[in-house]
Amino acid sequence: MEAFTTHTGIGVPLRRSNVDTDQIIPAVYLKRVTKTGFDDGLFNAWRTNDPEFVLNQPAYAKGSVLVAGPDFGTGSSREHAVWALRDYGFKAVLSTRFAEIFRGNAGKQGLVAGILSQDDIEQLWKILEENPGTEVTVDLENRQVHAGDATFRFEIDDYTRWRLMEGLDDIALTLRHEEDISAFEAKRPSWMPKTLPVRTADTQV
Amino acid sequence: MAGTLAEKVWADHVVRRGENGEPDLLYIDLQLLHEVTSPQAFDGLRQEGRTPRRIDQTIATEDHNTPTIDIDKPIADITSRTQIETLRRNAEEFGVRIHSLGDKDQGIVHVVGPQLGLTMPGITVVCGDSHTSTHGAFGALAFGIGTSEVEHVLATQTLPLTPFKTMAVTVTGSLKPGVTAKDIILAVIAKIGTGGGAGYVLEYRGEAIRELSMEGRMTICNMSIEAGARAGMIAPDETTFEYVKGRPHAPQGEDWDEAVAYWKTLRTDDDATFDAEVVIDADQLEPFVTWGTNPGQGLPLSAAVPAPEDFVDQTDRSAAERALEYMDLVPGTPLKDIKVDTVFMGSCTNGRIEDLRAFASVLEGRTKHPDVRVLVVPGSARVRLQAEQVGLEKVFFDFGAEWRQAGCSMCLGMNPDQLAPGECAASTSNRNFEGRQGKGGRTHLVSPVVAAATAVRGTLSSPSDLLTNA
Ligand code: SF4
Repeated sequence: MEAFTTHTGIGVPLRRSNVDTDQIIPAVYLKRVTKTGFDDGLFNAWRTNDPEFVLNQPAYAKGSVLVAGPDFGTGSSREHAVWALRDYGFKAVLSTRFAEIFRGNAGKQGLVAGILSQDDIEQLWKILEENPGTEVTVDLENRQVHAGDATFRFEIDDYTRWRLMEGLDDIALTLRHEEDISAFEAKRPSWMPKTLPVRTADTQV
Repeated sequence: MAGTLAEKVWADHVVRRGENGEPDLLYIDLQLLHEVTSPQAFDGLRQEGRTPRRIDQTIATEDHNTPTIDIDKPIADITSRTQIETLRRNAEEFGVRIHSLGDKDQGIVHVVGPQLGLTMPGITVVCGDSHTSTHGAFGALAFGIGTSEVEHVLATQTLPLTPFKTMAVTVTGSLKPGVTAKDIILAVIAKIGTGGGAGYVLEYRGEAIRELSMEGRMTICNMSIEAGARAGMIAPDETTFEYVKGRPHAPQGEDWDEAVAYWKTLRTDDDATFDAEVVIDADQLEPFVTWGTNPGQGLPLSAAVPAPEDFVDQTDRSAAERALEYMDLVPGTPLKDIKVDTVFMGSCTNGRIEDLRAFASVLEGRTKHPDVRVLVVPGSARVRLQAEQVGLEKVFFDFGAEWRQAGCSMCLGMNPDQLAPGECAASTSNRNFEGRQGKGGRTHLVSPVVAAATAVRGTLSSPSDLLTNA
């Protein structure tokens, strides 16, 4: 996972609340067997059927900071929702409220999920709509969002912030304790289950 | 300090205690993989340039998507074929042991682990599958995980976890003939509800549990998740040791003695406390069936379809209303009058050799009801072989049942074995959710002997109904 300190990119105003994970990525994409390449699935129904949809407008199409309404990422726990946002190029999602599992999944994949007040979100929407293509800076270190001349504060828990800034996914974090793992393994009894070498009822003597 | 079984196994696997609200880092002894939830985990490893830490503690098999007929032909469904081929490629690339379709040790992950002797008391077992709780029957701490966690275990052989709470489920007394482990667990879920176990590891204990075979214990632990629990456990005893002994991967010689000595310490101390407790009286139990669309909507077979008004709780009432509509049932109808189109005998809940034996013992010498289709799907290829060795296949054949190849099959209908819309099934599996066994299909969860009696009479029935009518 890449370390995240600040990111500057085009802000995308998504004036919708309760965007559930089915809308972020429809269930048909769950049949895939890869963890990347989900960008085509992102907001697929809206992108296909609604020419006015924000990502269908050229000024926003290359956006990387999504500014959404309350209750973003509700519904099914599918991690694919975060993969789709990430693969499309989003580095941060700002909202007044996130579904708990979505927020957890976002943290695991290096996507910043910042919480702002509804007033601030409204102001951001206005800035981004008045000047399509405005760049937004998400400063994780200082928990600030800059857009035009305005600056807003966002919330993110300390632990997630630290992990994102260090660029540590859960696995990398655990691997920091590799010595502890090896020490534990060294003490395990020899009769603990081993799948190799292969033994079956037929190979048994 | 006094501890419960779950706490002891947890404590013995802590690599590193979490500080300041951080989770503990828990060591994982065994990871089971199948085709549906592993591909992204392997892809994640590749993306980060990582490799599995312990391929010798990892095993894969194909089960969810596999066809149960014509297994020597290419799999027709593209998605199924892709998932299975992806698993095979990943196993080959990373050196993971795999039992593929056609192999004698292929089968449902939760049947394969115990049968190879890999599932042992006191170990930690994970799989990207909620019914991993099955392995708790051995006194293992076993639970389902998500795909990111599968990747985490592949890369580190550990998981960061916060401790679970513990609940004792004490089953007193003894089961009457014709009443089985399946009826115990359906009664437990009906009692505590589908969310009653949330956040807990359930420990099943008491006389009736001690008297169960390993197969029966696995049936019970398997469905812990249906009560919302993370895991279910049963303290290991002579029945457990007897079952493990001599299996391909079981400890041998001195190792065996050392292992058993340790396993004997794996019981809840007399002065340990649980965070919650429920008690069920086995003497009072009858065969249980579900009438609704979640596993908690169950009743004794002698009861009638309930009316929504019977439920005090508003949520239960509206759930009942919806369920009755979906199941097309009229309140007051005796459950035994419910006609069934299909009997599904199989799954990780009841697809083991003892289950097949119990099922066959009721069928033997009887004839199938002409309107019922009977699908018998062994939990693993090895179970299929065992059944054929003792002649069960002939019993099924004479009865008019279809004898299939191993896999999850109609438990979730990811392969072609599905109910047609509106069809009604008596199923020995674990989930009666809307559309689980096929779009529009209606499921009644039952034990193997109830499934068998139902196949004879064409309506939900218990073996004792066959005697009275004979
Ligand atoms: S048999 Fe059913 S419950 Fe068991 S692993 Fe397969 S799909 Fe899941």
